[in-house]
Amino acid sequence: MGHTLRRLRSDRLGFLGLIIVSTIVLVTILANVLAPYDPVDIDVDARLLSPSSDHLLGTDQLGRDILSRVLVGSQVALKVSLIAISVSLTLGLLLGMLAGFGPRWLDRVLVVGFDTVRSFPTIMFALAVVSLIGPSLNTVIGVVILTSIPIYGRIVRTQTLATRDRDFIKAEQAMDASTGRILFRHVLPNIAAPLLILASMDVPVVVGMEAGLSFLGLGVSPPTPSWGSILNDGYSFIRNSPWPIIAGGIPLIVVTLGFTFLGEALRDILDPKLRRSGRRAS
Amino acid sequence: MLNYAARRIGLSLLIVVLAVSLLFGMIHMIPGDPASVLLGPRATPELRAELNQRMGLDQPVMVQLGRFLLNALRGDLGEDVFSNRPVTTIVLEQLPYTVILVLLAIGCAALIGIPLGCYSAIRRNSWLDRVTAVMSVSFIAVPSFIIALYALLILSVKLRWFPAMGAGETGNLPDQLRHLVLPTFALGLGWVGYISRLVRSSMLEVIEEQHVRTARAFGLPEWVVIRDYALRIAILPTVTVIGLGIGMTLSSALFTEIVFSRPGIGKLLHESVMTRNYPVVMGTVLITTIFFVVATLLSDLVNAWLDPRLRSESR
Repeated sequence: MGHTLRRLRSDRLGFLGLIIVSTIVLVTILANVLAPYDPVDIDVDARLLSPSSDHLLGTDQLGRDILSRVLVGSQVALKVSLIAISVSLTLGLLLGMLAGFGPRWLDRVLVVGFDTVRSFPTIMFALAVVSLIGPSLNTVIGVVILTSIPIYGRIVRTQTLATRDRDFIKAEQAMDASTGRILFRHVLPNIAAPLLILASMDVPVVVGMEAGLSFLGLGVSPPTPSWGSILNDGYSFIRNSPWPIIAGGIPLIVVTLGFTFLGEALRDILDPKLRRSGRRAS
Repeated sequence: MLNYAARRIGLSLLIVVLAVSLLFGMIHMIPGDPASVLLGPRATPELRAELNQRMGLDQPVMVQLGRFLLNALRGDLGEDVFSNRPVTTIVLEQLPYTVILVLLAIGCAALIGIPLGCYSAIRRNSWLDRVTAVMSVSFIAVPSFIIALYALLILSVKLRWFPAMGAGETGNLPDQLRHLVLPTFALGLGWVGYISRLVRSSMLEVIEEQHVRTARAFGLPEWVVIRDYALRIAILPTVTVIGLGIGMTLSSALFTEIVFSRPGIGKLLHESVMTRNYPVVMGTVLITTIFFVVATLLSDLVNAWLDPRLRSESR
């Protein structure tokens, strides 16, 4: 851990990513304290104001303070990604190890299952599900979990397959170790690093999906602030005021860049094999 | 190769059938039938029963599923609940708008990204190489609807350089092209950096190879060596990624179409979801799933054709 942090400090973009991510987490935790106004407080006299000392990012079409909405909106984004990623990571891990270590027919079934879920373009799938179940934050979380499980499952399966033929696993088997012991004591540590990298790179994807669905009016229900719903309000009034769109988009871009930079740097540090491709090819 | 192709095609078919079944299953797992959701709480039971019958929802699930798949094979996807028009017609009307947008976006991205990648590989660590490095990481990750919204705000609403809405007048090609500029930009921007990075890294490997060195030794100009000897090989991995990209861009195209109020599959799906027009939702999802699966299949086949090692299963 200390080693990873030291290496991270020498990677400029990675370090920037770490600072951004820590700031966002801090802001999210303190959002309710930091927000100058109540994010759902309507003030009809102060509609669509430009930024001023009273409202640093202006106000929306109902006179709500945009800065407060952006700050509190971060809670929705991080809540969805935290829940969705941890659940799909766990389920993907279990199913992936099952596919990699279990009987061959089970592997086949699971792989076809993964491919089926992945064969819907994610947003189309999300829309279809929302049309059936109705819009809510839980639906968004459910859809993200369902579409993310195969990503983790496939990686875990590949890594499990690669590990299970190694000599030290054969030695364990020869010593009559239980499958559970082999999987959790020996296979898991070997796949933990790529999984963590994947999870970190997945945060912006999930945040983007939540924002996208809320932008389409299919995520959080009003008046709850979310970056997507701020953008949705802003889109309807784009000709009256640019500020809701500017203010709703920037946190999304910052979160995306922060987690991506951090994920890339972690990949370079924890998984040198992957370093050949991508940004640091030279 | 034929054996592999047959297996992959069979698997793709299976996946489409499973995907449709999954959707069907979900319709029936959720509490409350679509008709009551569609008609609201005050609808009479007779009205609900009639609508359910019109949507074919009064039959057992397996019968419905079988009938939907059989009809789909014949090109019949049912009827729009509101307009009574065949879903196939509606979807096929909208499909060209989306296909043109997606192909144009990926095409433009390739047209800019490939030369950029070559340049970055030759002039490694030049300022342009560094800029594309940061750009590729940044733009591929930023949700494309943010790029679309900012493009709409800056280039259309503020600067008034491009129209904000629609697909342009039918038959008026210059007008239609003008309407395509912003959506293409929003959809393709992320891919420019990504493609250039891919070309760059495979170019760096190819450039070291014997035949490239030989070409150089003959005294050919550098750009001829790159274009005729190195790029021919370095481009291959990019081709397969572009195939996958076309499938993945479908999702982003939905946002682009909504932000720019452009007709297309994405906008159709969004509208039918909002009005709970199930037959249209099912038809649209089926068509896009097929589109997606075929794009993935093609890129897999091209990949296997280029790299025989992939034809044997990993276990």
